[in-house]
Amino acid sequence: MGVVTLNINGADHSIDVPSDMPLLWALRDILNLTGTKYSCGIGTCGTCTVLVNGVPMRSCVMPAMGATGAEITTIEGLDPTGNHPVQRAWNDEDVPQCGYCQGGQILAASALIARNPNPGDDDIDNAMSGVLCRCGTYPRIRKAIKRAAKYASNDGGES
Amino acid sequence: MKISTTDLRIDRRAFLKVSLLTSGALVVGVGYGSSSRAKSLDNSAWAPNLYVRIEPDGKVTIVSKNPEAGQGVKTAFPMVVAECLNVDWKDVSVEQAPLDDRYGRQVIGGSRGTPDGWDDLRIAGTAACELLKSAAALQWGVPVSECEGVRGSVIHEVSGRTVAYENLLEAAALLPVPEVSELKLKNRPSEFSLLGTFVPGVDNPEIVTGAPMFGCDTRLDGMLYAVYEKCPVFGGKVRNANVDRIRSQPGVTHAFVVPGTDDQNGLLPGVAIVADTWWAAHSARKQLRVDWETSHTDSSEDYERQAQALASEAGDTLRADGDVDRALDESRRIVEATYYYPFVSHANMEPQNCTARLFESGRLELWAPSQNPRSGRELISRTLGIPEKQIHVNLTRIGGGFGRRLRNDFMVECAWIAREVGRPVQLQWSREDDIRHDFYRPAAWHHFTAGIDGDGRMVAFDHHFITFGRNGNTVSGAGLSPNHYPAGLVPNFRLRQSLVNTNVPTGPWRSPGHSAYCWAYQSFFDEVAYAAERDQLVFRLDLLSRSFGKPPLDLERTRGTLKLAARKAGWGQRELGPDRGMGMAFHFDHGGFVSHVAEVAADGANVSVEKVYSGVDVGPVLNLSGARNQVEGAVVDALSTAQLEITFANGAAQQNNFDDYELLRVNQAPEIQSHFIQSDNSPSGLGEPPIAAATPAISNAIFAATGERIRELPFSRSGIVV
Repeated sequence: MGVVTLNINGADHSIDVPSDMPLLWALRDILNLTGTKYSCGIGTCGTCTVLVNGVPMRSCVMPAMGATGAEITTIEGLDPTGNHPVQRAWNDEDVPQCGYCQGGQILAASALIARNPNPGDDDIDNAMSGVLCRCGTYPRIRKAIKRAAKYASNDGGES
Repeated sequence: MKISTTDLRIDRRAFLKVSLLTSGALVVGVGYGSSSRAKSLDNSAWAPNLYVRIEPDGKVTIVSKNPEAGQGVKTAFPMVVAECLNVDWKDVSVEQAPLDDRYGRQVIGGSRGTPDGWDDLRIAGTAACELLKSAAALQWGVPVSECEGVRGSVIHEVSGRTVAYENLLEAAALLPVPEVSELKLKNRPSEFSLLGTFVPGVDNPEIVTGAPMFGCDTRLDGMLYAVYEKCPVFGGKVRNANVDRIRSQPGVTHAFVVPGTDDQNGLLPGVAIVADTWWAAHSARKQLRVDWETSHTDSSEDYERQAQALASEAGDTLRADGDVDRALDESRRIVEATYYYPFVSHANMEPQNCTARLFESGRLELWAPSQNPRSGRELISRTLGIPEKQIHVNLTRIGGGFGRRLRNDFMVECAWIAREVGRPVQLQWSREDDIRHDFYRPAAWHHFTAGIDGDGRMVAFDHHFITFGRNGNTVSGAGLSPNHYPAGLVPNFRLRQSLVNTNVPTGPWRSPGHSAYCWAYQSFFDEVAYAAERDQLVFRLDLLSRSFGKPPLDLERTRGTLKLAARKAGWGQRELGPDRGMGMAFHFDHGGFVSHVAEVAADGANVSVEKVYSGVDVGPVLNLSGARNQVEGAVVDALSTAQLEITFANGAAQQNNFDDYELLRVNQAPEIQSHFIQSDNSPSGLGEPPIAAATPAISNAIFAATGERIRELPFSRSGIVV
C-alpha cells in the first residue's frame, strides 16, 4: 500500500492504494467514480478508457501509482453539464443503446477531435477500433464524431 | 419467448382506476382484473400494469415496470403517453418501478415490451386526456366534443378559452372513470404527430456524463466487494479450498466455501472471496486453490462425433406433409447440404453483478441488473429460505441483456454471500467468469435435402435437425418449431430431430433459435435458387406466394419487407463489378418481419461488408431513432456473432475473454440503411426480429462475391476474414 496523489478532473485526491491496483479500481472502489466501467480487465475492450494528459488509456491495466503527476479525465469530468461537442453529438445522434461502453467511446472520440478537427472515416476507424460496443452502435459513433467535429468548429475550435 | 398474433389485439378487458394523491397529483392506472394475477399487496384483484401520474406542476410521470437494457422502451413509452395525452413529450418522464407483485409480468424478453405496453400506454394517456377535457367542459358549460387537449392544456376554440391540465386535476379526479371500450385510441401512423419521429434517448444526458445508473454502479455505506470462483468444469463441486490462506491476503475480509445446489440455473458450488475493494478480492483469488470434484467431460470434438453418428439415423419425425421421398424421386434436381453453427456466448459488456444487503429484520434488499427479477427472487427464496415478501429487488439499468440476464445465478450468489458476510456486498464477476459461466446459445447441425421441379420451384424439403438435449428433451434454447417455415411453403415437407447429449448450460440468446437456424435455412434457399437457375428475389417471392395448409408466417408482409430491402439495395438494377456481391434473406419472429440485403466487396478471402439495406415491418414505428438503433445493432451483432464460437474441452468452456472471443470492432461494421413499412398493424418489438436474417444475407453476399458457400460458422471455418 502507498499513498498517491492523483489529479482527477482537475482536483487532487490523495488515496491509499496497493502498488498493483489499476487506476480503474482506484476510481471505482476508492473514489466512487463509477462512470469508468470494468468489462475485460486485460486492456482489450476499451470500456474503461480514461484520458491521461489527453491521451486515451485503458485504466484497467494502468497502475494507479503510475498516474501520479498526470492529468486524468474521466467521463464525469469531460464536461459535467454534458456540453462538450462530443457529448452533444452523442445525444443528438442518439448513439447509446445500453450505454455501458459509451463513456469510453466518448473519451476516445474527444481525444480524436482534439488532435484532428476534421476526421475522416479511416481516422475514425483507427481512433475508435479500440473500444468495443456489444450493442453495435458503431454506425452512430461514426456519424456522431462527424457531427461533433462540426459542433467543435462552430464553438470556435474548442473541444 | 413465444408471441402469437393474438397478443397484438387490443385488450378491452383492461380497466381504469383514477385517484388524487395528497400531493394533488392525478393518477390514472391501467390494470386487468384477471384473478390469476390477484397476488396484489392490497389484497384486491387489481393488477395495475401501468400508472400515469400528472403532477400539480404539469409534469407527467409514468411508472415503468420493466428496466432499460438498451432496447429503448424508456424513451418510446413516454412518447406514446405524450402522443395520447397531448402533452409535450419532454414533460413526460419514466420512474423505474422496483419488483412488485402488483405489476404482473416484469420481464425483458421476447420483444414483448412494445406489444404489451402499446394498449396500456394509449389507454392511460387517452383516458387522462378525456377526463381533463370533461373537467374543463363541465367548468365552462360547453360540450366536451368541442374541447381539445393541446400541449398540456384543454382548449375550447369556439370561445377561445384555455386551461392548463394542472388546474383541472382535482375536478378530473371526481369525474366518472371512462370505460376503456369507449375510448378512441390513436391507431394509425397518419394520426401520430410525435410517434414515428427521431427522439434521442431520455437517459442520454446521464450516460454521456457517466452518472451512476448500472447495477455495478451501486454504492452502499460499508459495502464490501466479492468475487466468486466456480468450477470451470460444469457441474463441479468443491471438495476443499485453501480459504485460510485467502483470508490472510491483503484487504480480504471473508473467504468461504459455498456448498451450492445441483440446480444448473441456481446457486452453483464455489468459493466466495470478499474484500474492501474488488481488486483486493480479485488479487487474492489468484492464490486460491480449489480441489474440485468433477464428473462431466463434454467436448466439442465429442459433440461432433455424436452428431456424425446421428446423421445416418432417422431421428424423431416432428412433422411430415405430403410424400417427401416420392417428391424427391420425381424432382428435376436435388440439392443437399449440411449447415453447422457453434455455441456462442452473450458477452454483455457489463459482466454479471449484483448488490445485496441483509437487514437485521431479515429483510433482504438487492440491486440487480436482471431481465427477470421475479424469477431471481423466487430462486433466492428457495435457496436461502427467505420468504419472498422479505426480499426487495431494485431494478437497475442493464449493460446489455440479449437473454443472458433471464437467468439469475448472479443474484442468488450475491444474496448468499451477503447473508454470510452480514454487510452490504457487491458481487462482480470477472469477464472470464462471464464467458466461462454463460447459458450458451446451443450449436446445431441441419441436414437439408430439397427437390426442385420443372418450373424451378422447391417442391420437397427434407430436414434432419441435430440439436442438443438432456434426458431425451431439447435443452433450453435448442428447440425448433415443427411449424416453422419452410413447413407450409412446400407441399412435401419433413422435419426429423436427433439430440446430442450435453451437460453444458444453455439458454435463450437474442431471438432464441431464430438467430441461429434462419442462417441455415436462408443460406440453403440460396443454394436451391442457384440450382434452380432462378434469381434470388424471384425465387423467394415465389416461395412466399403459396402455402400448403396454414401459412407459417404472413406471406404478404414478409414479401413486403423483402421487396423493400431489394428495391433500396437496387437488387438486379445495377452492375456491382468484379469481386462484389449482394445476398438477401427474409425472416419473421417475435411479431416482426425483417428482410435484409447485404453488399460485400472481396479481396480474396478478405471480405468487407459494406452496406446492409433493411426492410422492416413491425407496424407503426414508435421512436424512429430507437427503431433504427435496434436494426443497426442487430446487423452488427449478426456480423459479430458469425465470427465467434465457444468450444468445450474436458467439460469446460475454452474461451476466456475478449482476446479469444473477439467482438466486432467499428472498422468492420457496415453502413446500415433501415427502411420501415409503416403499416396499420399493432406495433411489435424490435429487440429481436432484425437479427435473424442479417447473418444469411451477409453470407449469401459473400458467396455472390467469392463463390465460397459458407456452410459452417464461424466464418473462419471457411477461411473468410471480415
